[in-house]
Amino acid sequence: MMTILARNIFRALAQGSQHVGKGVHTSSLVNADKKVCKSSKRINTLQSVSKEGRIKCTLIPGDGVGPELVYSVQEVFKAADIPVDFETFFFSEVNPTLSAPLEDVVSSIARNKTCIKGILATPDFSHTGELQTLNMKLRNALDLYANVVHVKSLPNVKCRHQDVDCIIIREQTEGEYSALEHESVPGVVECLKIITAVKSQRIAKFAFDYAVKCGRKKVTVVHKANIMKLGDGLFLRSCEEIAKLYPRIQFENMIVDNCTMQMVANPKQFDVMVTPNLYGNIVDNLASGLVGGAGVVAGASYSAECAVFEQGARHVFAGAVGRNIANPIAMLRASANLLAHINLHSYSRMIKDAINKVLQDGKVRTKDLGGQSTTKDFTNAIIARLGA
Amino acid sequence: MAARIIRKIVPSSRTGSAQYSSGVRKVTLIPGHGIGPEITVAVQKIFEAAKVPIAWDEVDVTAVRGPDGKFGIPQKAIDSVNANKIGLKGPLMTPVGKGYRSLNLALRKEFDLYANVRPCKSLEGIKTLYDNVDVVTIRENTEGEYSGIEHEIVDGVVQSIKLITEEASKRVAEFAFQFAKDNNRKKVTAVHKANIMRMSDGLFLRCCREMATKYSEIKFEERYLDTVCLNMVQDPSKFDVLVMPNLYGDIMSDMCSGLVGGLGLTPSGNIGKNGALFESVHGTAPDIAGKDLANPTALLLSAIMMLRHLQLNEHADRVQDACYQVLREGKSLTGDLGGTGTCSGYTNAIISKLN
Repeated sequence: MMTILARNIFRALAQGSQHVGKGVHTSSLVNADKKVCKSSKRINTLQSVSKEGRIKCTLIPGDGVGPELVYSVQEVFKAADIPVDFETFFFSEVNPTLSAPLEDVVSSIARNKTCIKGILATPDFSHTGELQTLNMKLRNALDLYANVVHVKSLPNVKCRHQDVDCIIIREQTEGEYSALEHESVPGVVECLKIITAVKSQRIAKFAFDYAVKCGRKKVTVVHKANIMKLGDGLFLRSCEEIAKLYPRIQFENMIVDNCTMQMVANPKQFDVMVTPNLYGNIVDNLASGLVGGAGVVAGASYSAECAVFEQGARHVFAGAVGRNIANPIAMLRASANLLAHINLHSYSRMIKDAINKVLQDGKVRTKDLGGQSTTKDFTNAIIARLGA
Repeated sequence: MAARIIRKIVPSSRTGSAQYSSGVRKVTLIPGHGIGPEITVAVQKIFEAAKVPIAWDEVDVTAVRGPDGKFGIPQKAIDSVNANKIGLKGPLMTPVGKGYRSLNLALRKEFDLYANVRPCKSLEGIKTLYDNVDVVTIRENTEGEYSGIEHEIVDGVVQSIKLITEEASKRVAEFAFQFAKDNNRKKVTAVHKANIMRMSDGLFLRCCREMATKYSEIKFEERYLDTVCLNMVQDPSKFDVLVMPNLYGDIMSDMCSGLVGGLGLTPSGNIGKNGALFESVHGTAPDIAGKDLANPTALLLSAIMMLRHLQLNEHADRVQDACYQVLREGKSLTGDLGGTGTCSGYTNAIISKLN
C-alpha cells in the first residue's frame, strides 16, 4: 500500500513538472482507482473540440434560481462571443419526472470534461427511501472528489470583514455523506461516517498541489480528531504524511469548532484549508457569509478527469424563484473560472474585470448586496462593461 | 502547585460553613487545571462579597486509576455532585494520548448531562465586529457524532458511528422549548442536515417538530446547518434559540462565542437528569497559569447562570450588573480583552461595584 502510494506520488511530482500549465486536478494521482491512473489520458486535451474550434460544455441549470443564473451566464457568453457551446440537461431530484437520467448527464460531462451546474435541491425525504442524494450520485459517478471554493472579499462590497482570501478544499465523496444509515431498533438510528486513508491522502495531495500552483504559503487541515480519534485521526495523519512531501508549504491543523470561531473573529489568518466532507460544507458557507453570501462565491468540483463549476455555497434560494432578484455574480465567476480552465484566459479575464468594474461603480447591485437592481439589470450592466 | 497555594490562601472556613442554616445551597466546586484555581477563587470572592447563599464543596477530579484498572473520576467527586445535584467547574485538561477518556466527556456521561446551553450575547465594552448577537445554542450532549463508537474495518478504512435516538432527541427538544418559554424567548430553530443524513437527522428533526406542536406559543423553524452558518455571520439577529445534535452544537456554540469575543466571555451550562454542571469552556491556558493574568468572566457568567438555575435571580442580577459595569468601563480588563489588568484587580473592581 505505502509503496504504491509513494510511487504514485513520485510519479505525480515528476509528471507534474512536465505539464505545468494544465489544470491542477491532473496531478491528483494518489487515487488507486483504476480509471484515474491511466496516464495516457492525462496527455489528451481536456475538452471535446468541435470542427469550428468551439468547445462543448455540459450545462445543468439546477433547481431554485439556478435557471435564472444560468440564463445570465448564457447571455454574457453570447454577448462576449465566447466560443463555448452548451449541452443542456434538466437535472433535478425534486422533479424526478422531468429530470434527465443520471447516466446521460454523467456521460455528457465525462465526454465534455467540463460542466456548469446550478444548485440541485435536496429534499429531506425521499419517497423511495433512497438515502443517496442526486448530488452524491453525480459526484460518486464522476468521482468528483475535490471541491474548491475560493473565498475572497470583493471590491466595494460592504461586509464586516475585509481582505478575506482563503481557499477551502473539501473532500466530497465520503465522510458523513456516505448515505449509510439504518434504524437498528425503532427510535435508534445509526449513521456511518467513512474515512479512508486513500481518499484522505488524495485530497491532501490535491490541496498541497493546489497551494503550490496558486503560490500559497500555508495549508490548514480542519478536523475533530480529539473526539473522533480514529476517523478524523486518520484524515489528520494522512494530511501530515503528505505535508512532509511539501517542505516549503507551512502546515498546521485546527479543530473544527476552533476554526469556525477563529474564522468569524480573524479570517485573515487562513490561506488554504483542507477538510473532510461535512466540515468543508460548514466552512464554505461560513466563509461565504463573511464576504457577501451565497450569491458572490464561486466554487468548482474536480475529478481527475473533469471539472464541474458551480456556486461555492450551494443554496437554491427557493424564495427568489421567478422574482428576478438573485445575484448572478457567483455563477458568472464560476463560468469565468471555467473559461480559465479551458485555456480561454482572455475571456475569463474579461468577465471577471467586468464584474469588478460593475461592483466598483456600485450603481447596479442586487438586493443581497444592498441594491435594488434585478438579475437582468445586473447581467446587462456586466455586458455593457465587457471589454470596456 | 499553584492550585495548592491558592487553596491555602482562600479561607477554608467557607467550605462547609453554614450548612445548617436554611436557604444555603451546597454546590460542588471543581476548580480544574491551569488557570482554573485562580478563576474559581475570583468567583468565590465575588460571591462572598455579594453574600450569595452558596456553600462550596470543593473536589478534585484529576483522573485516578479505579478498581477496574481504568482511569476515571474519583468516587468522592461523583458522590459530591450526586449529593448536591449542582456543580461549577473550571477548565479541565484532557490528557493527550490513548487510553484516557476526556474527563469532560466522563463527567457528562456520569451525570447524564444531556443538554449543553450556551447563551451568547454581545457585551458592552467588548469590541467585536458584531454588536447585535443574542442567541442561545442548545446542544444534545450525549450521543450523535460523539458517541465514541469507531472502528477500523480494514487497514485504512475507518467507520465512525453517529448515533441518534428518539429518546435523547425528544429530551433535548423538550428542554429547548421549555428553556425558550422560561426565558421569554420567541423562537426555536432546529439546526440539522436532514437533506444529507435523512434518517438520523431526520429523526432528530421529527422529534423537534413533534415537540413544537406542544409549545404553540413559541415559533419554530427548521434550518440547514450550512444555511445557519451563512446567515449567522451575516446577520446574527435572525436567530434566537438554536437546538441541534452534538457536533453541530459544538461547532455553532463556538462560532457564536467567536461573534461576541471568544470563549473567555461565554458562559455554559450542562443540564442533566441527575443535576446540572456549569462551566467555563475555555482552555486551561497553562502558559499564564499562576500569574494572576487569567480572565474569570466566563466562569463568573457561568456561575451567574447557575444562580438563575437555583432561582436566586436577585443575586444573579446584582453580580451580573457589577460584572457588566466593569466590562463597560473597560478600566481593569485582563490581557485577553486588550487591557493590562490582573485577575485579582478585575475581581476587586467587580466587588467594589457590588456596593
